[in-house]
Amino acid sequence: MSKTLFDKVWDSHVVRHIENGPDVFFIDRHFIHEVTSPVAFLGLKNRGLQVLYPERTFATADHNTPTINQHLPVEDPLSANQLKALEDNSKEYGISHWGLGHEKNGIVHVVGPENGITFPGATIVCGDSHTSTHGAFGAIAFGIGTSEVEMVLSTQCIMQPKPKKMRININGTLGKGVTPKDVALYIISKLTTSGATGYFVEYAGEVFENMSMEGRMTVCNLSIEMGARGGMIAPDETTFNYIKGRPLAPKGEEWDKALAYWKTLKTEEGATFDKEYTFSGSDIEPMITYGTNPGMGMGITQKIPTADEVGGGKATYEKSLTYMGYAENEPMLGKKVDYVFLGSCTNGRIEDFRAFASIVKGKKKADDVTVWLVPGSHIVEQQIKEEGILDTLTDAGFSLRQPGCSACLAMNDDKIPAGKYAVSTSNRNFEGRQGPGARTLLASPLVAAAAAVTGVVTDPRELL
Amino acid sequence: MAYDKFNILQSSAVPLPIENVDTDQIIPARFLKATERKGFGDNLFRDWRYNADNSPKQDFVLNNPIYKGKILIGGKNFGSGSSREHAAWAIYDYGFRCVVSSFFADIFRNNCLNIGVLPVQVSPEFLEEIFSTIYVDPTTELEINLPEQTITLLSMGKKESFDINTYKKSNMLNGFDDIDYLQNMKNEIQEFATNLPL
Ligand code: SF4
Repeated sequence: MSKTLFDKVWDSHVVRHIENGPDVFFIDRHFIHEVTSPVAFLGLKNRGLQVLYPERTFATADHNTPTINQHLPVEDPLSANQLKALEDNSKEYGISHWGLGHEKNGIVHVVGPENGITFPGATIVCGDSHTSTHGAFGAIAFGIGTSEVEMVLSTQCIMQPKPKKMRININGTLGKGVTPKDVALYIISKLTTSGATGYFVEYAGEVFENMSMEGRMTVCNLSIEMGARGGMIAPDETTFNYIKGRPLAPKGEEWDKALAYWKTLKTEEGATFDKEYTFSGSDIEPMITYGTNPGMGMGITQKIPTADEVGGGKATYEKSLTYMGYAENEPMLGKKVDYVFLGSCTNGRIEDFRAFASIVKGKKKADDVTVWLVPGSHIVEQQIKEEGILDTLTDAGFSLRQPGCSACLAMNDDKIPAGKYAVSTSNRNFEGRQGPGARTLLASPLVAAAAAVTGVVTDPRELL
Repeated sequence: MAYDKFNILQSSAVPLPIENVDTDQIIPARFLKATERKGFGDNLFRDWRYNADNSPKQDFVLNNPIYKGKILIGGKNFGSGSSREHAAWAIYDYGFRCVVSSFFADIFRNNCLNIGVLPVQVSPEFLEEIFSTIYVDPTTELEINLPEQTITLLSMGKKESFDINTYKKSNMLNGFDDIDYLQNMKNEIQEFATNLPL
């Protein structure tokens, strides 16, 4: 029977299949961070277990690190405690650790790919749901809970039933000002936040084939927001060129062997999916969300839909709009914006900063907007400086913060105040996600940049 | 971490008829800073349950003494969002052993099964019936029978069966977790690792 890309990678990692139960699933790469790992290590200690393959686990500190003055001791004692636990546990079990201040430090889903840890055909997990990001390389990558972190540490396996398969095809080309983030928000708005629950998604079609690795990572990153376990894109020349030469990527003969294998990783003709959707690239416009889940997104020039149009629970819909301080049928264009956040594992890569800079170049930051520009890693930060982007940003009145998850989940001090509106390039607009009472509008780096220079929701195409 | 065995649970229930309850609501990120697994129940639904000055919000169901029990009834798509297992811990730690909904987010369901909270998926109609029965009589009891895989509204005798895979079921019945299982197959895993494609 013809196999899909997903089948090939999944099936080659099944250690044992349990009848009427899950598969015992082998994990090639495991990322850990300070928030979801301490209790897992505690579990290991309580059971007296060791880490089976320390060389397959990589630790980085990101979730609650400060994004200014990283050379100073972390002020919040609880955060400091978690960071210390990550460092101590990594040392004790022989796991490589890129802590605060380390030159490779950054958001786990940014540093994995940029250092060549992520590769096609790999199985990758992390105690963070946006692990789906790594699927951009043709890997099976997904988020796990803390008990599973403990399983991977001690046995390099987890127990997973094989998900169903979905393919999302988008052909054609994207219009001006339409970015991978818009593609993802568009898909989620069509499928809803639970539309892909139980599925693993493969993205296919010209739009993804023509996308950069950064863009593919943005799309795969957001797979989880429609309920999918993860999303993946078949590896191609774009993928191989991105990986080649990265610090931990295979070299020499190893590279040739890997490449030959990677080239076999695609869905075969005639392979079937449990569900399939097809959209057209030209139908997508720059997107923005108006509600409290990522499925509540719309084209930026549209009006906020009515409860009847979106279907589902009316009470829940109204609760959401009340939280946002919006009403049905209002346009989003022109809405006041108090904060702008560029960053996160969704849009904290070099390409996102290039996009932001392309809009603000030669303009000035709007006076009454607070703007946080947070690179996904030190390597991204370095690139921003080398490419002259920092100068463009500085001239326009912006400054750069230091790498970390920052306002994506607001575990550190980067919290949007209650009631304020933030255009955010991150991945979740849930109530309180960016700080208690914060109101989040998810959008692309271009939309974020347009808001940063105008102070209101603005169609970026007018500024390009 | 071992948990209590689950067999037959008979209890009144707490209704939370909101759809898409995400894990950021179940336990906000700022409470994830512990390095030990305790005290999460106090912050379950923190921002719905308490005002900024920590006084309880009177209109939230957990602050209403009429509703109590070991079963939480939630709206459709319960547990979406972040993979934080802390959400399941908070539910367990608060005293719930079972969550009933017409639809669960994947990772949340998995996390629950790993730590001893039973997710029971019922039809949308049955869910509505449970809500309305509880609103008429908050002392209404439900029976969750794991061996039989049934959920029953006791006062009316209405019953539905639910799905759970046999492996997870036997774990829940015995209070075992996946780590116990995996520990016993380490040699097989190590052998497998030498034959990976890359
Ligand atoms: S940036 Fe946000 S989504 Fe990404 S790893 Fe950090 S907290 Fe998770």
